[in-house]
Amino acid sequence: MKRKDFLRAVSGALAVLAVSALPAFAADLEGKLVIVTSYPPDTTVTVKKAFEAAHPGVEVEMLKKKTTAGIKFLQETAKNNKADMFWASAPDAFEVLKGDGLLAKYDVKVKGIPEKVGAFPINDPDGYYKGFAASGYGIMWNTRYLKAKNLPVPKTWAELADPIYFGHVGMSAPSRSGTTHLTLETILQGMGWEKGWALMKAISGNFKTVTERSFGVPDGVNSGQFGLGIVIDFFGLSSQASGFPVEFLYPPITTLVPANIAIVKNAPHPKAAAAFIEFLLSAKGQEVLLDPKIRRLPVNPETYAKAPAGFPNPFKDTSLGAAVKFDLDKSKGRYNVVNSLFDVLVTYRLDDLQGAVKAIHDAKAKAKGKSNADAAKLIAEAETLVAKMPITEAEAGKKEFNAIFKKKRKDAKTKVTGRQAEIEQQWDDEVKANYAKAKELAEKAASML
Amino acid sequence: MITVSRSHWGPAAVALSLALFLIVFLVVPVAKVIYVAFQDPNTGALTLINFIDFFNTSLFQESFFNSFYVASMSVVLASVFALPLAYFTTRFNFGGSILIQTLGVIPLIMPPFVGAVAMVLLFGQNGSINLLLDQYLGFTIPFMEGLNGVIFVESVHYFPFILINLSAALNNIDRSMEEAAQNLGASRGRLFRRIVFPLAMPGYVAGASLVFLKVFDDLGTPLLLNINNMLAPQAYLRISSIGINDPMGYVISVILVAFSLLALWTSFLALRGKDYATVQKGGGGLMKRDLAGWEKAGCYTVVILILLLVLSPHIALTLLSFGTVWSFSPLPDAYTAQHYVDVVSTSSVYITNTLLYAGLAAGIDVVFGTAIAYVVWRTGLPGRKLLDYMAMGAVAIPGVVLGIGYLRTFYQFDVPFIDKPLASWWVIIVIALAIRRLPYALRACVAALQQVSVMLEEAAENLGATKSRTVRRVVVPLMMGGIVAGFVTSFATASVELSATIMLVSQESDAPLAYGIYEFMQSASGRGPGAALGMIAVLIIGIATYLSHRIIDKKESERAPRQAAAPQEKVQGA
Repeated sequence: MKRKDFLRAVSGALAVLAVSALPAFAADLEGKLVIVTSYPPDTTVTVKKAFEAAHPGVEVEMLKKKTTAGIKFLQETAKNNKADMFWASAPDAFEVLKGDGLLAKYDVKVKGIPEKVGAFPINDPDGYYKGFAASGYGIMWNTRYLKAKNLPVPKTWAELADPIYFGHVGMSAPSRSGTTHLTLETILQGMGWEKGWALMKAISGNFKTVTERSFGVPDGVNSGQFGLGIVIDFFGLSSQASGFPVEFLYPPITTLVPANIAIVKNAPHPKAAAAFIEFLLSAKGQEVLLDPKIRRLPVNPETYAKAPAGFPNPFKDTSLGAAVKFDLDKSKGRYNVVNSLFDVLVTYRLDDLQGAVKAIHDAKAKAKGKSNADAAKLIAEAETLVAKMPITEAEAGKKEFNAIFKKKRKDAKTKVTGRQAEIEQQWDDEVKANYAKAKELAEKAASML
Repeated sequence: MITVSRSHWGPAAVALSLALFLIVFLVVPVAKVIYVAFQDPNTGALTLINFIDFFNTSLFQESFFNSFYVASMSVVLASVFALPLAYFTTRFNFGGSILIQTLGVIPLIMPPFVGAVAMVLLFGQNGSINLLLDQYLGFTIPFMEGLNGVIFVESVHYFPFILINLSAALNNIDRSMEEAAQNLGASRGRLFRRIVFPLAMPGYVAGASLVFLKVFDDLGTPLLLNINNMLAPQAYLRISSIGINDPMGYVISVILVAFSLLALWTSFLALRGKDYATVQKGGGGLMKRDLAGWEKAGCYTVVILILLLVLSPHIALTLLSFGTVWSFSPLPDAYTAQHYVDVVSTSSVYITNTLLYAGLAAGIDVVFGTAIAYVVWRTGLPGRKLLDYMAMGAVAIPGVVLGIGYLRTFYQFDVPFIDKPLASWWVIIVIALAIRRLPYALRACVAALQQVSVMLEEAAENLGATKSRTVRRVVVPLMMGGIVAGFVTSFATASVELSATIMLVSQESDAPLAYGIYEFMQSASGRGPGAALGMIAVLIIGIATYLSHRIIDKKESERAPRQAAAPQEKVQGA
């Protein structure tokens, strides 16, 4: 087995060399290519067809896994790897695989791709994974739903916290959806830790549900189970292209991040893998992304000439994704803590949070046009309690603290103090009490008015 | 009443190979995963600290309570659906009994996540029913809010477990018992209370305990409905989002296993010391009574109402598969057959794979189920109860845990002549399905065996039949109803299993149907084709179910147990 691995590595390296020496080598690819991907058939089938047409003789096999399951699969099977590529949206997933030494370096030949989209570098600076498309985050809504319930279209994240949207908003849990995690980080980085969380919790108070899959949000908006959803752009754009009565917009605080592809270390078909990346970034491959079923933002600025009218263009519209200078290191440093915080504060305490937020909404509605200083003070106190965070930004970014949430014992001697379950229970006790107290204060304020 | 047979060798060899299979494909992989639950995450030493954390966490306490509550309420609601259907179709001369029985099994033939999607479209807060109610009457009903939704979807999905097992039990009751009671002057009510009800108990308990266990550890439904404060979703979310570094997911798995075994043991205690065996098998089930006109009308009304309710996910799925866009309106905007054209041209491999995998798995299950039932209930082999518990334990293993366990255990193991790891060979999917469905087949077989008197075997052996001939020619034919029930349950549910297979599919050409539907359902334009694929699955498996009912029914009407051997092979090969 070891010898096989070694031979495979050498032949892989040679193949990469050969391809880089001779870009027109494409005729001599392996007959097969196995890609682990989180993308739906609409994307994979369309791209696969286009690639196979460009490279007859190569059969592409798309192995579909959720991003998290894909990472697990590659980790578990690394010793006897059969996969050639990993293809998914969230850059974090690639960082994990890169950290585990499961990706191979690759130099792209195609010219004309800029360094950055928005404020984000398109390719991994270390050369392990490449961006092939960009995605931003925003709000999608069901036009029939908003009309039936007489709701206005929100233009910013903050508007989603308005009482009129109570029970109408959906979002996925950041711990289950890499893209939602990036949305949350964008808001936290764009507004600051305290303000960002306060807004996030105020919006969450209006949630109808926290979905367990990222696709649960566009699904809920498409079918009209809830009216508005916080999603990655192509969910909204492709739903619209599929005929659903929905629309999508980027709020001012958004970020554009690349969706990525990488070659897996010890790939059995490295030449075909290299050809796939080159194809995806070529003019032809980039055009495929504009397909109504896919609707992702190409990273090649020239492709936008062929885009439908009204299609967002991050290279022209400089406001798009430029407001937040996304700090990937900061995000990486507190990844698990932020996810865990959201689950404890929102996902698992949604009922308590909604109760508190509803009570505040009601008290405020009653207070409108009246001046009662005591009541106003109580309402403000209740809002502060809902917004209150169990830990500060500095603490969330601390290395030792993060270690508790992603401890991976490298060897038997590694020792980490503290247990995740223990800490989460402390947070839970605190927020549960805070939400209950906030509700009580708001109700008291309402009774005084 | 258990007698120890003289020739111990045959059963012992069978028992040993069964045990070996279960150890390799169930105990070891799961133990590999569960080991983590007892590991101190900081030092790697063995510890109970993770369990202490579990019981100190209010979220987990809540989840535990919710899971228990949902599972119990689902049994109650599922019984409400199942009892009238089972009773009317077995007790009275009733047109369309087979059709009703078949339609009653169909809810099982749908991946729970698809069922949840479909039921939200009909019963959700902005589903068809509530939109209409709101428009015309100005109020809505929270069918699907919170835990209610889970209970509703789960009872609709799993009630066939009770229906199948209870019907088999009712069909197996000896007519002479009833005649004897009637001759002795028992009233109808007393007859039911003292004869029919107690004799049907093993079937009901078998079905009800399966419903309880399945709901208790079901993952798909609560996840799709975004209810996360229950045990199985907590375990899954922990494992999938935090990963192996956090032991809580594994602790929850251990607790699920332990609790499920406890529930099984309770149901076993409830039946202990009661002998349900029927000595004669000439009667061909309960005496069927003709209904008066108004009685018939009443029965049909109840049956149709229940069928409409339990088939509502399929009604919604049909609409979805023919609809273009269905958004915030009682019905789709327009209709098309395009989704079927798309699916048939691109995805037929999912269907053939599913028939192959589920057929093989269900075949393995009834063979093993019958063997284990026999070893446990008819021999005095030491440790035989352990075999039962081990096989039943599979019901409590979350599919994801089994999937991860298989990857861990078998990825390093290359299959000879094929030169690929066992974990990525399609046969492992069949094994996973067989292991996961074995408990269903086993419960059905045990219930059937409990109704076969040991005296019949003794008679055969006294007449000089060998042990294996006795089993083949007497016991198995008499258990036929239960065995077919087990096959149907295993086959139908295996064909829609997702959680274990999603971890084990290593190339798309090996993927089964549920995986295909799941994939389609992950994109806006895939809902229609996904629904179409689901409908095709329902039709195929529905037809298979109908045919097996026809076979049993034919057998019942022939009332000649000996002739049942041939159809048995046909069914197992289906």
